[in-house]
Amino acid sequence: MIPATFDYVRPSTLGEAAAALAEAGEDAKVLAGGQSLLPLLRLRLAYPSVLVDLGRVAELRGIEDRGDRLHIGAMTTHDEVVNSPLVNEHCPLLARATATVADPAIRHRGTFGGSLSHADPAGDLPSVALALDAEFRLASAAGERTVPAADFFADYLTTALEPDEILTGVSVPKLGPDWGCHYEKFHRTAQAWAIVGVAAAVRHSGGAVVEARIALTNMGATPVRAHAVESALAGVPLNGSGAGVREAALRADEGTNPPSDADAGADYRRHLAKVLTRRAVIAATSG
Amino acid sequence: MTELIERPAPEIGKARRRREDARLVTGRTRWTDNIQLPGMLHVAFLRSPMAHARILRVDVSAARELPGVVAAFTGADLGPEQGSLPCAWPVSEDVVIPAHPPVAVEEVRYVGEAVACVVATDRYRAADALEAIEVDYEPLDPVLDMEAALAPGSPGVRAGQSNKAFTWVFSQGEVDAAFAGAPVLIERTYVQQRLIPSAMEPRAVVCDRLGEDYTLHSATQIPHILRVMLALTTGIPEHRLRVIAPDVGGGFGSKLQVTAEEVVCLLLAKRLNRPVKWTESRSEGNLTVHHGRDQLQRISLAAESDGRIRGLKVDLLADMGAYLMLVTPGVPLLGAFMFPGIYKMAAYDFRCTGVFTTKMPTDAYRGAGRPEATFAIERVMDELAHELGIDPLEVRRRNWIEREEFPYTSVAGLVYDSGDYGAATDRATELLGYAALRAEQAERRARRDPVQLGIGISTYTEMCGLAPSRVLGSLAYGAGGWEHASVRMLPTGKVEVVTGSSPHGQGHETAWSQIVADTLGVPFEDVTVLHGDTAISPRGLDTYGSRSLTVGGIALLQACGRVREKAKSVAAHLLEADPGDVDFENGLFRVRGTDAVRSIQEIALAVFTAHNLPDGFEPRLDADATFDPENFSFPHGTHLCAVEVDTETGMSRIRSYVAVDDVGNVVNPLIVEGQVHGGIAQGIGQALFEEARYDEEGNLLTSTLADYLIPSAADLPDFVTERTQTPATSNPLGVKGVGEAGTIASTPAVVNAIVDALRPYGVHDVRMPCTPERVWRALEESR
Repeated sequence: MIPATFDYVRPSTLGEAAAALAEAGEDAKVLAGGQSLLPLLRLRLAYPSVLVDLGRVAELRGIEDRGDRLHIGAMTTHDEVVNSPLVNEHCPLLARATATVADPAIRHRGTFGGSLSHADPAGDLPSVALALDAEFRLASAAGERTVPAADFFADYLTTALEPDEILTGVSVPKLGPDWGCHYEKFHRTAQAWAIVGVAAAVRHSGGAVVEARIALTNMGATPVRAHAVESALAGVPLNGSGAGVREAALRADEGTNPPSDADAGADYRRHLAKVLTRRAVIAATSG
Repeated sequence: MTELIERPAPEIGKARRRREDARLVTGRTRWTDNIQLPGMLHVAFLRSPMAHARILRVDVSAARELPGVVAAFTGADLGPEQGSLPCAWPVSEDVVIPAHPPVAVEEVRYVGEAVACVVATDRYRAADALEAIEVDYEPLDPVLDMEAALAPGSPGVRAGQSNKAFTWVFSQGEVDAAFAGAPVLIERTYVQQRLIPSAMEPRAVVCDRLGEDYTLHSATQIPHILRVMLALTTGIPEHRLRVIAPDVGGGFGSKLQVTAEEVVCLLLAKRLNRPVKWTESRSEGNLTVHHGRDQLQRISLAAESDGRIRGLKVDLLADMGAYLMLVTPGVPLLGAFMFPGIYKMAAYDFRCTGVFTTKMPTDAYRGAGRPEATFAIERVMDELAHELGIDPLEVRRRNWIEREEFPYTSVAGLVYDSGDYGAATDRATELLGYAALRAEQAERRARRDPVQLGIGISTYTEMCGLAPSRVLGSLAYGAGGWEHASVRMLPTGKVEVVTGSSPHGQGHETAWSQIVADTLGVPFEDVTVLHGDTAISPRGLDTYGSRSLTVGGIALLQACGRVREKAKSVAAHLLEADPGDVDFENGLFRVRGTDAVRSIQEIALAVFTAHNLPDGFEPRLDADATFDPENFSFPHGTHLCAVEVDTETGMSRIRSYVAVDDVGNVVNPLIVEGQVHGGIAQGIGQALFEEARYDEEGNLLTSTLADYLIPSAADLPDFVTERTQTPATSNPLGVKGVGEAGTIASTPAVVNAIVDALRPYGVHDVRMPCTPERVWRALEESR
């Protein structure tokens, strides 16, 4: 850990944090769990002038039941999400996807909000948030606003957050018992990023799909909603040959722009997206 | 009256937990980076971003002005004093050993090569100062592909010079006759990808100067060799230089090196007269720890129609990288003798060409040459079986050396002392449930299951326990292969052992204590083991090549024997008996047929007081021994791997893994088990995950552990491990080396399994690492 020099602020309230960020200007960075930012500092790929550490802002941590939605504080750790009874009951997709993030040590340090703010398209949680139509609460010294997931992820490692804004929490809808869900992650080692991931939540009734929410990890510069698959799945029967699901899943790469990198070529990612989407939908609707 | 101590259980063979682990695992120990000396400065290196370039200008003047910066040097500033990093293995008459200044002066030849260094009051300031150094480079053509590098007209790693480093050939038997008219001919080319040894502890150096005396602490496997080499290359006299390898957190061969950073830290301590420290970051290490493997193997096998091997030809290209480091050119030679494996054949031809490229130099990495050779022969044996339509186990059976044929002189000229390949294979097939898996495989194939099952076989032997000094001399290696031990009994009956074998995670302190406990009849807890410091342990040749127990352990055994004989002469004197009438058992000397007894602890005290010793007996109960083996050690075994390959995604999942190894007699089964587990994991790493990748400009793409994937426990199956026990005949303990066996055996077992799963699809090879994408593309191409 040999970063360049930076100033360090550790506020204890959101108000102090927002004020510190406003004062620090454009070169400031918010430090949450540090699992993405610290490697960037260590490799000197980022040179922030000030780090505003949210570690002691208690109000940003925790999971609340808010009627038909859950509110998850941005500084809630992955481990707390994985083990939250509320999340497991009302939004198991999030619990299951979070359980695939890295390893236990990282899940104890890394935070839900930090991962979403980092907006790595290879990260698991952005696609889950997109599939769930999560709502993002943003705060600055000037006030608060809410941004839907579809607008939050702007580009590669880029979000709707202004330099002076802090992600305070995310609200996700509770999914009823007629919803099944699954996160299908394809990665080479347990600690490696997803080459492709598929977040699937499927409402089904009477042996047929009623409604599907599918989003893809690492199939573009941002998480991608698989609208074509979602439309094609509506009404598809779940028993029998599975041909309907298979056919719908073949549309998983529509509208995507997957990268070619050391892990995988774009054509391979397109192929994987189809196979994994089929598997995710079947897993989401089985048992 | 002597108090009888209870008969201790024999220590040798006991699965003791390692006594050194509590401090190692908690880190509350002497890691080099934990060392803090008063007034210590911190060193950082500026490294080349270019694979190949002429250095036009290096300007460190701005860096020198920064707060906290004490000094900054270019390669030219260090000048001739920095010498040339040594290569101790000039393998052939034609070998070219280029000058290798620790900090580049005129040209850089790989990304990561040092071009300047900064010394500052802390490592953050040192890192900041690197950014203030200006370097002008004139780009030169990178040389990245071995075959292209040898082609006429290729750009040179050194202008106007061939990229060939050496040629080394070996031939035995009538090779042409064996191949002419052979009913079966198998010709294959395999790529041994470049690997990055990933020791848990990064490299670190602390160097201190006191007057004209220097103490160099380094996370090294080879404190003794390092001392000699640094004395020869830096001009600091050997007797003024003390090298200490404190606790060292793994090496796998990567710390069997004389590094630029060690030499530079020594020079900096000399020039600045202050202690200096350098600790690499992981990404710095991925760039500049010597790499391993990187060979292109062309292998041809001629066989009869019943599968019996007539002859073998191997033509190897070995990537040296940009320079020859300590044993760089010798690594493929260690493989040269192992391509024939466990098989009988009359003719063998081996040719190796070392090739310079503009990449990090290669050198020893766990197995060093033998994993590469074993991979090639074991892959080809599977190809032979497929060609003939017979079971790959059967084709091996028809060729391997039978138990009653030992000692057996292989076609490569090695004398395998002992082994029982059939016993290990029979047990392994039983443990795996080989027949049932073959039935399941047939069933999956029949129904075109998208998840196919493959079974991989690796029946290996290897040469380790380096090594008979005479043999090393005949191969032009620059040192011997003996090992040294000293044993001294203290006045209170405790025992200090000094070993020249320098542990870096192997568990020497435990194993050595077990050997002493049994041979001197003292409690295990009463032994301490001193190592890794040339002032404390002045004689030794260190730890590599699975040599510690088979060489250093035997030296220890012999030293203990001498101490025991000395003690016996004192006991006989005190008991007024003839030494020939005194028996020794469990720490007690007893006059045969009487009750007269003295414990070895009593003798130790008697020697200390020296009140009543035999005439001429010097009052010290200690002994030295140096052991030079007469032969290598030849562990062997059978590894079987069952892999499920998802033909839709290309993902391979190891379903079960069985290893039955024969490492002869065993001092500590738990340590052996650990070596086998770790070795298998590392071999699986090569098969499935690891590859050092350079882009077309020579930039290393895998400079972090996010890009260079190594398996963790979560990625590996449970291993089923057992042993057969055929004692070595080449040493009195009957032990064989085990440090590298798992790595040597496992890689071909895994790849053979993947290929076996894919044969119905017409896929007959997958290049390592067998990533899901490579498997998928192989399937796509054959569809």
